[in-house]
Amino acid sequence: MPGARPTQVPEPIPDQDAIRCDACPVLCYIKPGRAGSCDRYANANGQLVRVDPHVILGHALSQGTSLVPFLDQTKEWEGNIVPGYEAFVTAIGAGTTYPDYKPAPFIISSQVQGVDMVTVVTEGIFSYCGVKVKIDTDRHLGPETNTVRAQGEAVGHVTTSEYGSQMLSLGGVRHLTGGSRKEGTVTCETLLNLCEKRPVELTVDGGATVIVQAGLPPVVDGYKEERMRVGCGSATIGMFAKQWHGKVDEVVVVDDHITGVLSEHQAGKLLGVPATGIKMKGRRSTPGRYFRVAEPGTAWGGTNIDDPLSILEPFNPKLAWPKLRLLMVSTTGEHRAYFELDENLRPVETELPKALSDSVARIKENCEPALSAVLFMGGAGGSLRAGVTENPVRLTYSVRDALTRVTCGGAPVYVWPGGGITFMVDVTRMPNNAFGYVPTPALVAPIEFTLKRDDYAALGGHMDHVRSLDSLKQSDTRRHLNAHPENPWPLSPTAQKKADL
Amino acid sequence: MRAQVQLLPGGRLHFHDGPIDLIVEAFGTRNTINHAYQAASARFITVLDELCEEHSLLRQPPVDWPKGQVAKSMYAAVLPYAQDTFITPMAAVAGAVADEILRSIIGNMTTAANPTRAYVNNGGDIAFHLAPGESFTIGLIDHPDQPSLFGTTTVYSYQATRGIATSGWRGRSFSLGIADAVTVLAETAAQADAAATIIANAVDLPDHPAITRVPACDLAPDSDLGTRQVTQAVGPLTPEEISTALEAGAVVAYRLVSRGLIHSAALNLSGETRIASPHVGAVALGRPPEKIPA
Repeated sequence: MPGARPTQVPEPIPDQDAIRCDACPVLCYIKPGRAGSCDRYANANGQLVRVDPHVILGHALSQGTSLVPFLDQTKEWEGNIVPGYEAFVTAIGAGTTYPDYKPAPFIISSQVQGVDMVTVVTEGIFSYCGVKVKIDTDRHLGPETNTVRAQGEAVGHVTTSEYGSQMLSLGGVRHLTGGSRKEGTVTCETLLNLCEKRPVELTVDGGATVIVQAGLPPVVDGYKEERMRVGCGSATIGMFAKQWHGKVDEVVVVDDHITGVLSEHQAGKLLGVPATGIKMKGRRSTPGRYFRVAEPGTAWGGTNIDDPLSILEPFNPKLAWPKLRLLMVSTTGEHRAYFELDENLRPVETELPKALSDSVARIKENCEPALSAVLFMGGAGGSLRAGVTENPVRLTYSVRDALTRVTCGGAPVYVWPGGGITFMVDVTRMPNNAFGYVPTPALVAPIEFTLKRDDYAALGGHMDHVRSLDSLKQSDTRRHLNAHPENPWPLSPTAQKKADL
Repeated sequence: MRAQVQLLPGGRLHFHDGPIDLIVEAFGTRNTINHAYQAASARFITVLDELCEEHSLLRQPPVDWPKGQVAKSMYAAVLPYAQDTFITPMAAVAGAVADEILRSIIGNMTTAANPTRAYVNNGGDIAFHLAPGESFTIGLIDHPDQPSLFGTTTVYSYQATRGIATSGWRGRSFSLGIADAVTVLAETAAQADAAATIIANAVDLPDHPAITRVPACDLAPDSDLGTRQVTQAVGPLTPEEISTALEAGAVVAYRLVSRGLIHSAALNLSGETRIASPHVGAVALGRPPEKIPA
């Protein structure tokens, strides 16, 4: 026969990591972290699990694992909505209506405490979107408005810093579609990774390189940030002055923003702490408070200094005395050094006495864990709103009047006042794999609108497309998760705010 | 019953069994559509079992004809390539299943009762039927994992094309090449499926450092590709490299056009497209959307 040739049969290669799926007669061998040929069943750490795309949140009495174990226990969701158990259909994996402005993929009705509710779920394509990143660190990440890059491409900028945190604004339509193709692609990938709680390395022009991952400590120039400062240097003096009184003669709390000096500070004066003849570098603001003792950086208290003595001038010999005890500490307690003045009034580093190391530990304890927070921010455009109602602007009004609740993968959102439906959501409150993208490039994010059935009809909803929750239960293509324990239940009437008042 | 059939909004039918997902739609009178859907359902139920019976034979290059109807179509579709390259009937499985279900719809009816149009979409590999005077407009995507149209093509009843298939490393099956997507128009979906695999494999830059390749068996121990290196990632390429890779694929595509195995092909890599077609206009590319409204 033409084309025929003997060849060896490719026998399945035995692989001790692989498991054999028996969900269908194909009997795939599946390696860890991979899915079978159906893309429905996967090997998660040796366990066969279902990875169906459409996510339904369960509001169960007990909190269990996120993935539904396959052919295991009675846990597998069979679509039975039993009393005491509610299901909320998210938009994750629901599909989108673009580009043929038709009703949203799923418009689900359900009864909640006797009230007919409707949830419209759709995956929005957001070309106007981005993330706001809050990085808990006093380390200087880079000057305000400077460009933030990923893989060398501009993906955003440094924006105004907040208390104890540096803020980045990433994405947006200008980086996504306004620049080069590569800039758009890298921006889209960066946003997607951040939203999916994956680590992303970002570099600030003229600043630091930081690894950001939602809900985890930031890593600044290779240094893992542990704690947020409890207050600025001056505030720290105020908080701890009493605990230091009598145990040390002088304390300097080093801070890039305001460095505090105990003996000159109002708090020290009130306690009667005598002048020590200390002379600080930098610009004095009010007594005991100094700006710019050094340049911003990633060392002591968000400055660039490694040697704390470098911010001190020689002590005033008329006021200082030999054996004077000096504690220098950063605002987070991570850096500290203890000195005593010698005969020539020069500080000599000595071991930190126990009483003082306790107070340093106290500072540290009062500094909360430093985290990176990632908020996805997007605006629901006209065509997305048209999938909900025939008269898109009424949806905006309904959201404004709190008749309609907006959720993102079941997570609560903050909707900005003013026009449109522009919202922010904490990505750590959302299920995994909630986001996607299209090559525009633009991000795909789930969005759900929940409202009373009557209100839905009143705003021109697609009533003929409303289907019952039960109509979904026969389908095999759903992923069933337990709701995030900290999220308000999206269907809960108590969260209906104005509508019920 | 393992196989599932579900009516989707808009009057489409969704078939699911193991790794097979089909979207079926027939057009005509209500009665015609009912008949079509019943015929398709009856045929679908046993398809996966038939294939699995001969699975090991179908996972090796063509040596002996299999027995099943779908398996024979797969075998026939890859036979023209087996002399020159490694290919197994599995390369045409999706298209062959689509063809078979379509045949069940059309073959069970008198000409008068046939639907005016019908299609069976098996994950992008599509078999379709057109009564005289009818046409289908088909959207083309350049990334199988991201549904976004880069153009459309219309197939008219007077043309011979009744099958369309897409292959590329981003798709569900492994590829030896780096094409994001190769879409092929041919007489049957099985033929289009096999050819798309061959052309997508040919869009390549051998030994290029930006391309990550992994032995197929490391990813799926039972892959018919065994230890062959399949593409897992493609890094940034220069415009010249993109052009070189696409040309390599286009040469193969034109050869298949001249052998009469396919009607035309669209090759995509990193946003660039090449059309291989016997005459200008055979694939009428529409303009991509300017921008996606949010």
